[in-house]
Amino acid sequence: MNATGNRHQVSIEADPALPIIRMTRDFDATPSELMRAHLDPDLFVRWVGPNGMETEILDWYATTGGRWRYVARAGGEEFGFHGSFHEVGEDTIVQTFTYDGQPDGVALETLRFEDLGDGRTRLHAQSLVDSFEGRDQWLASGMEVGVEEGYAKLDALVGALR
Amino acid sequence: MDDEQLSRVFAALADPTRRDMVARLALGDATVGELADPYDVSVQAISKHVKVLADAGLVTQTRDAQRRPCHLEAEVFDLMTKWIERYRRQAQERYERLDTVLAEMRDDVRAADRDSEHEEQRHERDR
Repeated sequence: MNATGNRHQVSIEADPALPIIRMTRDFDATPSELMRAHLDPDLFVRWVGPNGMETEILDWYATTGGRWRYVARAGGEEFGFHGSFHEVGEDTIVQTFTYDGQPDGVALETLRFEDLGDGRTRLHAQSLVDSFEGRDQWLASGMEVGVEEGYAKLDALVGALR
Repeated sequence: MDDEQLSRVFAALADPTRRDMVARLALGDATVGELADPYDVSVQAISKHVKVLADAGLVTQTRDAQRRPCHLEAEVFDLMTKWIERYRRQAQERYERLDTVLAEMRDDVRAADRDSEHEEQRHERDR
């Protein structure tokens, strides 16, 4: 958050030629603080979310060749995720991400923390999914409401064309 | 547009390749050949997908005989951006929580510094 209270906004891009989602986001923190917030499990559970869900870390070994596993719970429902820490570098984290409900699916995530100076850092997060289908499912995941809204809009449009 | 055509719209968007082609066309008009480029499938297969999209009224092809570029009808663009916008909003919420954690990390460090200062002052006094 900057002095006027405006939040930094995340920008997102779905690559048309590769099954990749790219995100960029600035933070008022140093790269090492951001690395810590991603690698320290006690800090990580406090922000990984989503809102209204409780996250519990089951396994966490945040080092090159390490692994992670956590569950997110809300209203009796439970969603598990796991993956490997492929590489934990100075200012990069390369890790895999799998939803337990779809164990064959895997995303390769590359997080790079770019030092902007003055205690600010730009996060470059890239997720490479193993298929376009996987990416689109991912983009649409938990988006039933969004899709419904989209269809409602299409309905209205179609109605107007009649 | 009748109900049959409406279900054609839904069916056309249910296919991941066609959704991806729609995402590609949201960036600008493209020929069937250009649309086929990222996929390991024939131009004919992509041509069939274009026909499904065109039948549903989601895509139009201009009469330019040489290139016949495909054009996305703008309203569908809204649908796709809506999906991506929702995904973006979830990421934004996550990173705003991270903002809070980062701010609290700083507060903790400052509190720890203060504690150790007090500790040192006590030692000074005791000496």
